[in-house]
Amino acid sequence: MTTLALTTPRRADRLPKYGVYIAIAALVVYNAAFTPYFLTVSNLRIQLIQVAPIIIVALGMALVIGTEGIDLSVGAVMALAAALIPLYLGYGVIAAVLVSLLAGVAVGLINGALVAKVGLQPIVATLALFVGGRGLAVVISDGQLRDIRNADLIYLGSGDLLGIPVLVWTAALAILVVAFTVRRTVFGRRLLAIGGNRPAAELAGLPVQRVLITVYVLCAVLAAIAGLLSVGRIQSSDASSIGLLIELSAITAVVVGGTPLTGGRVRVLGTVAGAVLMQLVIATMIKNNLPPSTTEMVQAAIILVAVYAARERKTR
Amino acid sequence: MTVLAVAQRRAGTAFQRQGALAVLAVVVLIAFGAFPNFRSLDNAATILVAAAPPMLIALGMTFVIITGGIDLSVGSLYVLGGVLAAWASQYGFVAAIAVPLAVCGAIGLLNGALIAYTGMAPFIVTLAALLGARGLMRAVSDEGSTTYIVQNDAFHTLGTGSLLGIGNQVWLVAIIVLLGMVVLSRTRFGNSVYAVGGSEDAAALMGVAVRRTRIGVYVLSGLLAGLAGTINAAKLGSGVTVLGAGMELDAIAAVVIGGTLLTGGAGTIAGTVAGVLLLGVIQNLINQVGDLNSNWQQVISGAFLALVVVAQTYLVRLRRT
Repeated sequence: MTTLALTTPRRADRLPKYGVYIAIAALVVYNAAFTPYFLTVSNLRIQLIQVAPIIIVALGMALVIGTEGIDLSVGAVMALAAALIPLYLGYGVIAAVLVSLLAGVAVGLINGALVAKVGLQPIVATLALFVGGRGLAVVISDGQLRDIRNADLIYLGSGDLLGIPVLVWTAALAILVVAFTVRRTVFGRRLLAIGGNRPAAELAGLPVQRVLITVYVLCAVLAAIAGLLSVGRIQSSDASSIGLLIELSAITAVVVGGTPLTGGRVRVLGTVAGAVLMQLVIATMIKNNLPPSTTEMVQAAIILVAVYAARERKTR
Repeated sequence: MTVLAVAQRRAGTAFQRQGALAVLAVVVLIAFGAFPNFRSLDNAATILVAAAPPMLIALGMTFVIITGGIDLSVGSLYVLGGVLAAWASQYGFVAAIAVPLAVCGAIGLLNGALIAYTGMAPFIVTLAALLGARGLMRAVSDEGSTTYIVQNDAFHTLGTGSLLGIGNQVWLVAIIVLLGMVVLSRTRFGNSVYAVGGSEDAAALMGVAVRRTRIGVYVLSGLLAGLAGTINAAKLGSGVTVLGAGMELDAIAAVVIGGTLLTGGAGTIAGTVAGVLLLGVIQNLINQVGDLNSNWQQVISGAFLALVVVAQTYLVRLRRT
């Protein structure tokens, strides 16, 4: 039954598959030629550090979208994870990290149960926590911005390992884990089978509910990781601003990377490329002194072109 | 089927349709008893005026969602509409209303045409429109640095004046909501909206103009979001460029609480009205409890949303068995 989701891509898929990489290459060449200081180590560092949290969140989003779902609550989860850090930092950095990851697990369980057990549409199920989650985070942190002085946490968010930011190592690890999960594990095949055709997956006896719940937990935990790393990066915890609107950036990265919203397929590297492309567009615009208004309109155009090229023609 | 099962099924249907109204009635009754300040006419007027723009946005969203679509661009169109209205007010009353409606209606048309003719997901098309409309708003307002002041007294009065103690805006919105009800339940377009949401293939076989209906609901949604921004600009006397208004998700929440199914094919405007008012009353009550952090409002709204949709899902299932 899993073969259903593993049918080979048709030739029409090639352009969307490589379009995002071609766009990245074109932007890199353009910037290398015309943008001063673009190919400097410090600039590349900044770009990577900025895109890393989006990549981590987008990977979880890609898994959810692979099941024909969507998760609007990822920004709220980042805020919740961030709000809990200062409360538990007194017990050590490990305790604080564990608590914020547990918050991710809890949110994932709620989303997953609403989708898998109650049968809510994913957008509604995760909308509840989108609406309430950030409010809860602000209530927990009493609306205060807390400075973080814990050296270990700051190392996670803004330190270096072998000359490369820890944040980038973490994102790379997440990419490897998610790519392996999707391509090489039974869980990954089940995930794609459910997204491809849920009734068929149910008939085939796959543990649909368990897989769905796990997917939402994974997505929320990845968001929580992005949240606590962001706290370490900006060295403060502000529940009202951390992860704001990141759900839109993450969904954009996933769809620009060629993962269809209709489920059944997950493009892990495409998702990473989608996030990198959007980051490059922003960087290019800023460095060429183009205003945010132009940047947003260009982003809108890129989304439409990417999704138009990748759209699934109706077969039935 | 036993008498009991029939009764149970009817109760389920009634709750799904009128659940938000019932919850609203209960909340208002409790508030009447518990909060002396809630009882004043002034407070009721405050709630209604605050609910006016969200009501217009949710009205358009109801049409879109009944067709099985979604419109994420309305928050941006709301802000864009307000900025355009304030800017255009220097050219007179008619311009202050016509310019935002023309631009927001055109973006709605673009949304609808892309969705109807390319088969791209409404979620993505309107997500792109969210970004594009926000970019346009920034371009119009010099990257958000210019705040246009409303320069037409008649237009400003539309937002600040009142008739019989009730704000002009509330009357305007009430008339538009009534019109919306008539359109949805009594016209061919309204029938098409339900038909497309119920089953696109069946609707096409019945001779419903599926594409035209789809385009129509997004135009309507764009127009109403632009109008919501327009009346807000008239009230505030300026075009406010606050970013990330997030009103699209509030509107979706209100529509869903009001019993409209996101799967399309079912829903009522009365339910949406109750959903918007319920969220407004919750906000009002939390403002009244002085020592309650206003962030609780979001938490309670989220909990309400979860509760109502879970209850709805079980009731729909009950009805089908």
